[in-house]
Amino acid sequence: MPNQDPAERRVVVTGPPRRSRPASGYYRPRTEIDEQTTLGHTYVRSLMRTQLRAAFAVVAVLGLLVGPLPLLFATMPDGHGVAWAVLGFGLYAPLVLLARWYVRRAERNERDFVRLVEDR
Amino acid sequence: MNSGYAVPAVALVVLATVFVGAFGLRISRTTSDFYVASRTVGPRLNAAAISGEYLSAASFLGIAGLVLVQGPDMLWYPVGYTAGYLVLLIFVAAPLRRSGAYTLPDFAEARLSSQAVRRLAGAFVVGVGWLYLLPQLQGAGLTLTVLTGAPDSLGGLIVAVVVVATVAAGGMRSITFVQAFQYWLKLTALLVPALFLVLAWQGDGSPTRAFEEPATFREQRVVRVDDSLDVKLDTPLTVTVSGTVDGRTHEDTELRLPAGTHHIDAGTRLTFGKGAPVPEADRVGDGSLSPSQAESRGERPLYATYGLILATFLGTMGLPHVVVRFYTSPHGVAARRTTVAVLGLIGAFYLLPPVYGALGRLYAPELTLTGNADAAVLLLPDRVIGGLGGDLLGALVAGGAFAAFLSTASGLTMAVAGVLTQDVLPSRGVRHFRLGTVLAMAVPLAASVLVGGLPVADAVGLAFAVSASSFCPLLVLGIWWRRLTPPGAAAGMLVGGGAALVAVAATMAGFPGSGALHALLAWPALWSVPLGFLTMVLVSLATPSRVPAGTGAILARFHLPEELRTEVKA
Repeated sequence: MPNQDPAERRVVVTGPPRRSRPASGYYRPRTEIDEQTTLGHTYVRSLMRTQLRAAFAVVAVLGLLVGPLPLLFATMPDGHGVAWAVLGFGLYAPLVLLARWYVRRAERNERDFVRLVEDR
Repeated sequence: MNSGYAVPAVALVVLATVFVGAFGLRISRTTSDFYVASRTVGPRLNAAAISGEYLSAASFLGIAGLVLVQGPDMLWYPVGYTAGYLVLLIFVAAPLRRSGAYTLPDFAEARLSSQAVRRLAGAFVVGVGWLYLLPQLQGAGLTLTVLTGAPDSLGGLIVAVVVVATVAAGGMRSITFVQAFQYWLKLTALLVPALFLVLAWQGDGSPTRAFEEPATFREQRVVRVDDSLDVKLDTPLTVTVSGTVDGRTHEDTELRLPAGTHHIDAGTRLTFGKGAPVPEADRVGDGSLSPSQAESRGERPLYATYGLILATFLGTMGLPHVVVRFYTSPHGVAARRTTVAVLGLIGAFYLLPPVYGALGRLYAPELTLTGNADAAVLLLPDRVIGGLGGDLLGALVAGGAFAAFLSTASGLTMAVAGVLTQDVLPSRGVRHFRLGTVLAMAVPLAASVLVGGLPVADAVGLAFAVSASSFCPLLVLGIWWRRLTPPGAAAGMLVGGGAALVAVAATMAGFPGSGALHALLAWPALWSVPLGFLTMVLVSLATPSRVPAGTGAILARFHLPEELRTEVKA
């Protein structure tokens, strides 16, 4: 791409290797990783905190959704039909929805983080 | 059941597995291909592969059997197996992929830079893997016995040989294709017969007695009791007996058994009238082997249900064959999306076993007495539909069941062989990996021939409890907590996982027969998981000088998005 201006060329060079990059990740020289962390040490902590908060939000919803069920079934004298319906067919869709919500949230957290670090 | 169609179906599944594996072999060239399929497996293929690997004999046969015997409480198993992936997704999936290690011991070493912790994690991987392989082989034996009357160990032997051949030849690359293929095969094999079964049920006037307690016989049925058992009656029961009941021999006599416990000898034939309630069996022979069957319907403590929930929710992330799959995703974001797809796929699959369980209570309630409840899924098509259609659908189910044994056993063998090759056998390399494969399968195969008789779902539950108490603390604290130290990790794994193992072993040996202590030991997760976490945290806090030097850098690698890594590097 000889005719493009320098700024655009830089974008092209840094983009493509995404597929092969992780394969070499483990063996990358330690210095580079260290350099990277001193750069963003506190930022990494803040990212971890937001991700952990999202995770605990899901755990809380999951606990509220599932936790009372055994008690509920035990206290209902004729709860067998309800237990069949809820356990057999009712819980899978909420689980998938929770998972999708979490992934969207986690990816947004990461995008925000990347933007934050790049703007520095 | 007519084996004329079932045997070709099983043979077809085995052949297809070898064929698809051989297809993968053609593109499996390097060591990286072998262990992690060169990390280039996209979310859709990988999700099908993970699901195919995860849906084991316990899912395909065991759940329907448990539901048939013990009612809807047992549906917590599939719910837990699915929710386990949600917990894995939110705490582990992306960071685990970004850690860049090959196996669980690799993760332990990368995070804690300690050979000792690595070896300990390896030992637990091998232990949990073998525990989980055992029921797969036994399930295969049971299936083949039900279908053809072949000796018990033959099915396990077939599965072992096919799995070793595929894994040793093609490694992870070829296994990925095999697993993905087998997910769709398993789904079809349960879905198509289920549709016909439900249609037949509707044609029958949609009886809803399946949900009543206790289950009743809907027509006169003769039941042959193969192993002696104790039957507990809440109300008197009239039954025609040929054989020995309560020590007295009868020949075609109509007996009125009073409420209470009655002993029925092996070989006795009982004829139940229409509408008779199905008596509750207290198995004498293997009752002590089975924590879940030791508590009969109704007496099952709430505590046991919560123990089951905790073990399955938290145990999934530590299963060796599940974890190793995440390294095959190209990056962390793909690992997350893959997990969501997996949740959808296994959730869809788990809608089916309850259907079989419910129809089993309706059409084959005597399976609770004959001790072959795991065979309910296999027997139903013949029982409900019958004729050529029933035979063909039964053959389809049998093929699917074999796919279940093959896929889960392949994944487990892969994981165990990986650990054996890297940490036990002298030098690394593809040839030693093949030796490791043989070793990984030989031990559980020998155990299944020698021990036998452990109910499928129970052995699986045990593996989950151990995994939840050892690997779950290691992974969660390793990924999210900076102050974890090697001594803390080792102590936590040993105390948590060890306690769970000892507790279940004691139950199996029949140590406390009943009471609160029995429930505590049979369902250890509720106390052993907090124990594992607590030990790991406290010992780590007590050894602050042992926090590995590069912890900050390692955690950054776990959590930073990939695009940022390349950006910063450039």
